[in-house]
Amino acid sequence: MTTFDPRLVRADTPLLTRIINGRPITYLDSAASSLPPRPVIDAMSRHYERQHANVHRGVYQTANESTQSYEGAREAIARFIHAPAGGEEIVFTKNATEGFNLLAKSWAASNLRSGDVVLVSEMEHHANIVPWFQLRESIDIEVRFIPVGDDYRLDLGNIDELMKGVRLVSVTAMSNVLGTVTPLKQLARIAHEHDALIAVDAAQLVGHAPSDVVDLDVDFFIFSAHKMLGPTGLGILWTRRDILNTMPPFLGGGGMIADVSTSGYVPAKGPTRFEAGTPPIAEAAGLSAAVTYLEGLGMENVARHDRDLTQDALSRIDDEFGGRVRIVGPVDTDHRGGVISLDVEGVHAHDVAQVLDQFGVCVRPGHHCAKPLMKRFNLTATARASFGPYSLVSDTDVLLEALTDAVKLFG
Amino acid sequence: MSNLEDLYREVILDHYRSPRNRGELETPPALRVEGFNPLCGDEVVVYLLVDNGVLTDIKMTGHGCSISQSSSSLMSAAVKGKSLEQVRGLITTFKTLMTVHESSIDSSEPPPLQDVRALGELAALQGVVKFPVRIKCATLAWNTLNQGLDELSAID
Ligand SMILES: Cc1ncc(COP(=O)(O)O)c(C=O)c1O
Repeated sequence: MTTFDPRLVRADTPLLTRIINGRPITYLDSAASSLPPRPVIDAMSRHYERQHANVHRGVYQTANESTQSYEGAREAIARFIHAPAGGEEIVFTKNATEGFNLLAKSWAASNLRSGDVVLVSEMEHHANIVPWFQLRESIDIEVRFIPVGDDYRLDLGNIDELMKGVRLVSVTAMSNVLGTVTPLKQLARIAHEHDALIAVDAAQLVGHAPSDVVDLDVDFFIFSAHKMLGPTGLGILWTRRDILNTMPPFLGGGGMIADVSTSGYVPAKGPTRFEAGTPPIAEAAGLSAAVTYLEGLGMENVARHDRDLTQDALSRIDDEFGGRVRIVGPVDTDHRGGVISLDVEGVHAHDVAQVLDQFGVCVRPGHHCAKPLMKRFNLTATARASFGPYSLVSDTDVLLEALTDAVKLFG
Repeated sequence: MSNLEDLYREVILDHYRSPRNRGELETPPALRVEGFNPLCGDEVVVYLLVDNGVLTDIKMTGHGCSISQSSSSLMSAAVKGKSLEQVRGLITTFKTLMTVHESSIDSSEPPPLQDVRALGELAALQGVVKFPVRIKCATLAWNTLNQGLDELSAID
């Protein structure tokens, strides 16, 4: 049994003790980056204080410990997302963005031909758009977009037509702007029926809900450690072992080889083939601690907490401001997570965020690296509030207080 | 909350709500210049009509935050009808005003500047310096205007 109390998570999170502009910080930007709890910070410090050494090559004790800790993080992540073959299917990258670049420049570049289609959606982060446009410059692939309906959800009405020529469907699990959760199982079924593979941008999912790559029946699962209470500088790409073993290396150098001579090289087998150079070792220790911490909270509990906070915030924003503050995203919590984009009538998102900062409230203004989506809804910027497992209803109280002030100032 | 009042002076809010010289001019004879802030998506379009070394008309369109839009409006009012030399002088003065003087960020003293008064209403924007990330909002229109003047002198 797991117990979950957001107040305890808050007490574990040192950054939340800060005072900003005379008020306790109200951190509502977990969609951009989450705040690490004490055990994650401690794991990284302990690594540097007790066992730091480079991985994979040393024979001395601390080098062994360091290697074990790094490889242990692979196993922890594999367990967390239910990777069927364990750590052998986990590639460490720099972040989710590098994961998509690896997918495009390794798997897609060696499997796609001119005329093949990569199907993304209009609600993707630039990380799952730009690498496909870059690939289009070398192989003449088509990048096609699943439209987003006026209900802020994927419009699959025309999906059979859209699937023509598609070799890869690459979609987000949850929009970092709208909060929309996509029907991954349905998309996986459609992709496989059309002999295509499916890649998932799980950046906004993994820290907020249970993730099971077998149950979802997807082929690639890509995310960042720093959005699941872990450190920056570390991302994860999961794919099935049979796919991974056929993917050519991405970056070259030390650590990714089986052999090198003056006439050439042989790449290593398994995930290290994609991990050239000294990897983020301390960060991997931090990620293991983040996984253990989240498992302790129970991801079902974290998901329920997100849903409760979101439901409460959506209805109070609507009650308080009516048409003056528009929620850009689905209102039904069955179809969304804890990311709330606001469009305040007559007040630009940067001004909203500036006024909120005076109250110690951290929200993000801008296009959130999703310009095609912003254009679809004729927006240039929204102010986005997002929750984490340490968020409380009292954070929403401060948000509403500060929003009232912003609306008044620009009256 | 004095800080926020430094930023959002009444003059700024007024120009944001009712921007001056809003619109387009026919090109040619007018010159059209665009400026973007890729980080926040702010955009200004400046139309310049120059006759005999004088900026006889200026119109602006675009969208963005209160600081970028009010700065555009204030700028258009300040430079309209001025000689190109005077316009360049104003650009320099304004950009000096927007320069962060490390020592003065925390003090309530404005940066030492003789001709802040000459800036008139524009001086209302000096509170922006205390919010370093917003400086680029205030300077967007000015950099775009400057680019337009450069293009004009390249044509001559
Ligand atoms: C949905 C989504 N995908 C991808 C990313 C990119 O993550 P990172 O910047 O860690 O590579 C983000 C983060 O901003 C995101 O929200």
